[in-house]
Amino acid sequence: MRIGVVTFPGSLDDGDAARAARIAGAEAVRLWHGDPDLHGVDAVVLPGGFSYGDYLRCGAIARFAPVMESIIDAARGGLPVLGICNGFQVLCEAHLLPGALTRNQHLHFRNRDQWLRVEATNTAWTNRFTAGQEILIPVKNGEGCFVADQRTLDQLEGEGRVIARYIRGNPNGSQRDIAGITNEAGNVVGIMPHPEHAVEALTGPSLDGLGFFTSVLQALAGASADGQLAGGQR
Amino acid sequence: MTTQPETATSGAETSRGVPNQPPAAATGPTNKPSGFAATDVLVNEFEDGPDTVQRAAATPDELQPHADLGLKDDEYARIREILGRRPTASELAMYSIMWSEHCSYKSSKVHLREFVKKVPKNTRMLAGIGENAGVVQISDKLAVTFKVESHNHPSYVEPYQGAATGVGGIVRDILAMGARPVAVMDPLRFGAADHPDTARVLPGVVAGIGGYGNCLGLPNIGGEIVFDPCYQGNPLVNALSIGVLPVERLQKKEATGVGNVVVLLGARTGRDGIGGVSVLASATFDEEAEQRRPSVQVGDPFMEKLLIESCLELYDAGLVSGIQDLGGAGLTCALTETAAAAGTGMRVWLERVPLREASMSPTEILASESQERMLLIVTPENLDKVLAVAEKWGVWATAIGEVTAANADGTPGRLLITWNDHVVVDVPPGSLADDGPVYERPLREPSDLILLQADRAETLPRPANGDELRETVLRMIASPNLCDKTWVTEQYDRYVLGNTVLAQPEDSGVLRIDEETGLGVALSVDGNGRFARLDPYEGAKLALAEAYRNVAVTGAEPIAVTDCLNFGSPEDPAVMWQFAQAVNGLADGCQQLGTPVTGGNVSFYNQTGAAAIHPTPVVGVMGIFDDVTRRIPMGFPAPAKAGGDLLFLLGETRTELSGSEWAWVTHGHLGGRPPKVDLAAEQALAAVMGRASKAGLVSAAHDLSDGGLSQVLVESCLRNNVGAKVTLPEDGTSAFVHLFSESAGRAVVAVPRGHEKAFTALAAEHGVPCTPIGVTSEETALEVQGQFSIPLDELRAAFSATLRDLFGGTAELVSRHADAEAEPAVVRSVTLEITDPQAPGGPIGSAPGNA
Repeated sequence: MRIGVVTFPGSLDDGDAARAARIAGAEAVRLWHGDPDLHGVDAVVLPGGFSYGDYLRCGAIARFAPVMESIIDAARGGLPVLGICNGFQVLCEAHLLPGALTRNQHLHFRNRDQWLRVEATNTAWTNRFTAGQEILIPVKNGEGCFVADQRTLDQLEGEGRVIARYIRGNPNGSQRDIAGITNEAGNVVGIMPHPEHAVEALTGPSLDGLGFFTSVLQALAGASADGQLAGGQR
Repeated sequence: MTTQPETATSGAETSRGVPNQPPAAATGPTNKPSGFAATDVLVNEFEDGPDTVQRAAATPDELQPHADLGLKDDEYARIREILGRRPTASELAMYSIMWSEHCSYKSSKVHLREFVKKVPKNTRMLAGIGENAGVVQISDKLAVTFKVESHNHPSYVEPYQGAATGVGGIVRDILAMGARPVAVMDPLRFGAADHPDTARVLPGVVAGIGGYGNCLGLPNIGGEIVFDPCYQGNPLVNALSIGVLPVERLQKKEATGVGNVVVLLGARTGRDGIGGVSVLASATFDEEAEQRRPSVQVGDPFMEKLLIESCLELYDAGLVSGIQDLGGAGLTCALTETAAAAGTGMRVWLERVPLREASMSPTEILASESQERMLLIVTPENLDKVLAVAEKWGVWATAIGEVTAANADGTPGRLLITWNDHVVVDVPPGSLADDGPVYERPLREPSDLILLQADRAETLPRPANGDELRETVLRMIASPNLCDKTWVTEQYDRYVLGNTVLAQPEDSGVLRIDEETGLGVALSVDGNGRFARLDPYEGAKLALAEAYRNVAVTGAEPIAVTDCLNFGSPEDPAVMWQFAQAVNGLADGCQQLGTPVTGGNVSFYNQTGAAAIHPTPVVGVMGIFDDVTRRIPMGFPAPAKAGGDLLFLLGETRTELSGSEWAWVTHGHLGGRPPKVDLAAEQALAAVMGRASKAGLVSAAHDLSDGGLSQVLVESCLRNNVGAKVTLPEDGTSAFVHLFSESAGRAVVAVPRGHEKAFTALAAEHGVPCTPIGVTSEETALEVQGQFSIPLDELRAAFSATLRDLFGGTAELVSRHADAEAEPAVVRSVTLEITDPQAPGGPIGSAPGNA
């Protein structure tokens, strides 16, 4: 399986996302922001960082990159897409996911090992977890406070589209402790903490992050088996 | 939409008629000029044009403001002698910058020679003092370059930008050597923790370091945070960076090859930081410091990230003949140093420099310290390829000049700079870069030193019983210098790049360098101003010993040193004496340990009025791992077997309390002599830890320094929330001295049961005293038998609250509620307000297509 990792100017965790994909057993394919060609990848990761410096709203410029035009179309067609941190912000700006990520409530960048509870396991990126599983993954952001209007929040909860919640402390003030969400089809997932930094015992607080990458391989295998689009089975 | 920069081609037109001009080059998809170029300015912006060489020759008696620019009368006279005329306004500015203390090291040069004189035999060093940063080979294929530098004065004037550009500057030094920067560290020193101005400086400095380093994608893996009233008017903001390069990618700064093109790469040039180094770093502060904000540079980490990626791509493609970063002294420094290093001349068309402000004068362009710029020397045939790479990354690149020949008689060529066909500079580059003034400043031992050393802390009243010891432990771990620093360090990204094996609060930052072989490095940076105040020679050695020990206890082999020497005014003989002593101590220490000083930085004038800071040599030591998976962490692991791991104290505890944290916190006392330093003992300890690591005999190790054994036990217990039962040796030394003495050459290690015989034998073999002091335990408490027992929760409460309570502020309080699971309602009530659609600045809410 080929997992594409996009590099925008200012992407920082792109190499780490590619490493995580390799460790999970996939072939990592680097995608360039200026190149609309997705090179036939089976899934895409939008990595963390500060795309274009994030001097405007985070992700507000990246969503207009040529590669994003293709990704937006493909995602609407079912291509599994994972946005991590800045990637989550890009997905919200691209309207592939609802809501927005705003300045942390305490106004500081915060980097800590964060406990999450996985709540939706029927997405392309979380199917290898068990519902309610508690995982430990690094969080590191300055603008990770998830906000949306109450109707949208209720809808996300009602449709089981909150994929993970912060537990034992909310690091940024996100509404309803939301750490990650998915789209209706379950193929597009955005998450603020960094699963790609919890894939090796030597460098991470746990191996829990690997589950996101093995999940998409499972989803793709399933999809190719029954000819269905990954994550489309919900 | 991309960040393709606009072009600045308009320089081309105005340099017509100039022989052998290289093609005026610029990046960008179009050649439509936009943004600013110097040619947008009317030459007659000044009454009759800029001050030119012709005019300087014609008006020898014109008065010049050399004193205002920090040049002494005799220095000004020497400039006239060198040029055979009065300097032009631009030349005067260039000399004043290059001959400033910060750039010329005119007061420190004579002493720094000690490092070269006493450099140990070391085949690993590929580049040393004098280069942008020292380079050390760590394997057949790979080398590491690292350096620590000061950004003290700007950070006091404007904490956020001062600290941010400090990170940016040291990272460009690393980049200029051909390396990919892979991490940063920040040794920080502030005034009293509860002083109102510390509340202004510290949060800004920390936010600036985080804001720049995080956006640059470099993990912050360690450093120091120290509070002392002596730094109130002169906080010390030092920045260290480390980079990795394939040995063959090592870059040079020489501007070789007549006809080669001089390319300015990176950000456009603005008015920020003009006179920065000369104004700020080369004079003592006075009440006008506040008005000097304009001389602080402004950072753009995004541009620096693009600069890094484009430079690395240029190196790998072999397109760069020479490179130099632009930092302090900007173009002036880069042009003169690259030319002087090669002995060539240089011809520069200043109007080609892309500007942020059209009205900048040639003098301002030469003096600007705008950040995120590099100067490249490239062959004409490579120019287009270089511009293509710059365009790919969206970075400005402009050919601003060319390398010219040395004189026929072999003497170095001249630096000739025109601005719209006016010759504004015509100088021998070496006269700026290398032939600056050198001073043998007078030295005198501080008059108060004898009295200070006589006033020993060993005679102070001490805790008398277990209850008083318990209370002392809790008060010490809550004190600003010993308390938990998480409030600061969690504002830094320590994970990015995915190779961080250990980071703060561990003894050293440890990085994986090679994913295949497991090759790794350990880095620690330490200093102790109080010890150096009591004895600068021994104090410098103690700083070296502590950094060396911090690296060694992780199991790494210490191999190289960098230093940042922070001192008061060199014009004060007492300060100069402290400096000379510290340099000698460090040079002697490095010679004995076999770890060469590869480079570093001197920061003088850390002085407000008559009050100088403590002499503060900050020392960084780098060590290597053949296999980084054998690194030893500081935290006691959860007991694997019943009865827990065995705890040993390595090294000898003496009654050494002078200059200690205990004397300072408990009695506000500073006096006596610092702890004895025995570098042979440090080497023996390092040998034991290295072999114990290779043999897997040790499950945790923690170096003893500030706060002594008490501090180490608390930190190692709290790290993984594992308790310990400690029995202090009954050797006549009191429990208090065992817990709070700061004797050097010591570490606490945890040894899994079954390994104790092998470990004690290993220690004995190297003659390192090895004393059993207890076991780790299932009970979550730190118990010192016969003295006291403190639950870990109580320790954590005392240890963790200090900085957040001092600097957290109101926004932090909100999140403290958010952090408490018990009160999620608080989070919602807060966020409800900001999601009210009516509220100005509310979020976009759910967007079309997402419902």
